Amino acid sequence: MTESTIPTTTLRRVDLSEARLKRRYAAERRFRLYGIAAIVTALGILGLLIGTIVANGYTAFQQTYVAIPVYLDAQAIDPQGSRDAETLRRADYQSLVKQSLRDLFPEVTGRRDKIKLYGLVSNAAGDDVRDQVMDDPSMIGTTQTLWMRSSDDIDSLIKGAIDRRLPEDDRRVKDNEIGWIETLEAQGNVELRFNKAFFTSGDSREPEQAGIWGAAVGSAYTLMITLLLSFPIGVLSAVYLEEFAPKNRLTDLIEVNINNLAAVPSIIFGLLGLAVFLGTFGLPRSAPLVGGMVLALMTLPTIIIAARAALKAVPPSIREAALGIGASPLQVVTHHVLPLALPGVMTGTIIGMAQALGETAPLLMIGMVAFIVDVPGGVTDPATVLPVQIYLWADSPERAFVEKTNGAIMVLLAFLIVMNALAVLLRKRFERQW
Amino acid sequence: MIKNKLAVAAVAGLVLTAPAFAEARDQIRIVGSSTVFPFSTAVAENFGRSTSFKTPVVESTGSGGGMKLFCAGVGTEHPDITNASRRMKKSEFETCTKNGITVTEVKVGFDGIVLANAKSAPQFSLTKKQIFLALAKQVPVDGKLVDNPYSNWSQIDSSLPNEPIEVLGPPPTSGTRDAFVELVMEEAAEEFPEIKSLDKAGFKQVAHAMREDGAFVEAGENDNLIVQKLEANPVALGIFGFSFLDQNADKLHGSIVEGVAPEFEKIASGEYGVSRSLYFYVKQEHVGTIPGIKEFVAEFTSEKAWGEDGYLVEKGLIPLPDADRKAMHDAANGLAPLSM
Repeated sequence: MTESTIPTTTLRRVDLSEARLKRRYAAERRFRLYGIAAIVTALGILGLLIGTIVANGYTAFQQTYVAIPVYLDAQAIDPQGSRDAETLRRADYQSLVKQSLRDLFPEVTGRRDKIKLYGLVSNAAGDDVRDQVMDDPSMIGTTQTLWMRSSDDIDSLIKGAIDRRLPEDDRRVKDNEIGWIETLEAQGNVELRFNKAFFTSGDSREPEQAGIWGAAVGSAYTLMITLLLSFPIGVLSAVYLEEFAPKNRLTDLIEVNINNLAAVPSIIFGLLGLAVFLGTFGLPRSAPLVGGMVLALMTLPTIIIAARAALKAVPPSIREAALGIGASPLQVVTHHVLPLALPGVMTGTIIGMAQALGETAPLLMIGMVAFIVDVPGGVTDPATVLPVQIYLWADSPERAFVEKTNGAIMVLLAFLIVMNALAVLLRKRFERQW
Repeated sequence: MIKNKLAVAAVAGLVLTAPAFAEARDQIRIVGSSTVFPFSTAVAENFGRSTSFKTPVVESTGSGGGMKLFCAGVGTEHPDITNASRRMKKSEFETCTKNGITVTEVKVGFDGIVLANAKSAPQFSLTKKQIFLALAKQVPVDGKLVDNPYSNWSQIDSSLPNEPIEVLGPPPTSGTRDAFVELVMEEAAEEFPEIKSLDKAGFKQVAHAMREDGAFVEAGENDNLIVQKLEANPVALGIFGFSFLDQNADKLHGSIVEGVAPEFEKIASGEYGVSRSLYFYVKQEHVGTIPGIKEFVAEFTSEKAWGEDGYLVEKGLIPLPDADRKAMHDAANGLAPLSM
């Protein structure tokens, strides 16, 4: 019992030996290397993705044009000789183009061969001729060599997407068509030009006439509605919850639910839109109004969470100082806290909008995944949006839609980069460090 | 209090103005099958271009989804036309009738379903029975139904290559899958006495179940994706619509089924056994209310659209035989009501 209890363990010393130090440095170097490897991999994958899209898509911004001497028969275009704009617009230019093709290749006789011959040019070639005639009506009655759009198959051939050396059965463009186009090429009458229609027209089943303008306008209307609804509601909710609401069970519950809402799959919002906005309120299908309302629901949590974080970052001393010199709580918020938090709020809003811009799933339920040719003129007109346009083109059998799909993806990515860059810029420019 | 009143007024305003949107519609609305979608949209576009009517809005909702929307009722908030890659079912027809809808059925043509593989691999020649043995979850072996034991084509028939079975096909939500199951799997199942002797539910279960052990891969609704995967993987076969084979003739070749190659003329004549009819249905109550429905039907059934040299053929539609086309044209333009 009297035995003393002296500890028998040896004293521990820090091991400062050369070998151990080396191991420590090596571990650190390895860790850095892993980090760099991770970043390089991520960048590589991103580069591969964007590289593939650009490689497949840059040709979408060009379109093959062919020049054909067209006799602009006054009898066919304007028999009365009034040169009235409406008469000129309504004339059948497509048959003039067909006549010119027959004159150019008189050896083509069979019915099927003729159809193939007409297929060299787009069925919008008549529109190209019309535009040129309307610009200069004095051409009527003469023979002019006019440029017009080629069909999508010829376009693919010129761009090299269809290989001329394959056996005839294996390609869509047959030998006689290649013969005709090579004759035109030899005369210097085939040219790649900037594809204006891609940026100015709505959707079309003909790849050479399909454009993204309709979808872009639809996206703009939809985002406008989303912004108008979600920004005021989101900011007001955030201000109330952060600045005025008492901290109790109820507000805790609301907070948990807002955070949950941010993680709800977007298709659920589409179903809600279908049931409530279309079902109960009877709003029109496929309208940007409904699309915007659905996307607003989806963006709200993002904006509320970002806005609350921004409000929280404003130091309490600002509030106390303002209250101290006699400002009312409302004045504290509107004169001091909110202006200081605004850059953060804006950043959150822009990121939320960018998310909404790329969304397709909820729009499926409310009929915005549709073939719509006319460019929408208002928020209740049927419309589609950019990502939906990409989805629809990706699903089309025509090979020429591959480049259109990738071209549209490039445009969408450009929009997203601009929006995110704006968010970064706002933050850098106006955010204050305390 | 004031705030409350404002909120109530706002909601009331929304509800009151809402029906005003729904009433005004001067544009045809079309829903339905994704298979008919490329044809319907092509007609819609030409219709919009060549007439003074607005271009119809076409939604791709799938055949079943389209029927549901179409048969929901009469009124401008409901679609005017639905496309289908199968015939309207009796139950759907009854829903339509119950809701006061008289339908006109228009059969527009055929769509072939093909099995295809990359050009770098040899072309397959299969029978429906062989396809069933390769893809069904349960197959009869020695008089008993067992889980599919075949891993290579050559195990099914020695004439087939000694390659692993790998087939990419559409998921169950797709109309192409329904048609494939009906035209190939069910027909082949009928030929096995072990399956034929089962009761109706049991037969359906065996005939409809596809393998889940990796030999049959559900590759998604996007047929272009299947085409790309086939290119990358020469061992695999893919199941999709004829128009995708037609567009990718440089990369793929279609397998011969029951001795017939999937070619345009063979599908049109009905020789090639895996083809289905495509339809659209018109709501007669809307003719006269929504402008242009009659003219749209006339455009769809015109020779320049669905004829042998029409623009729909260019898009991959396989036209009806001449006589049927004429009869269907008259019935459609006379808006003959459908009865079942």
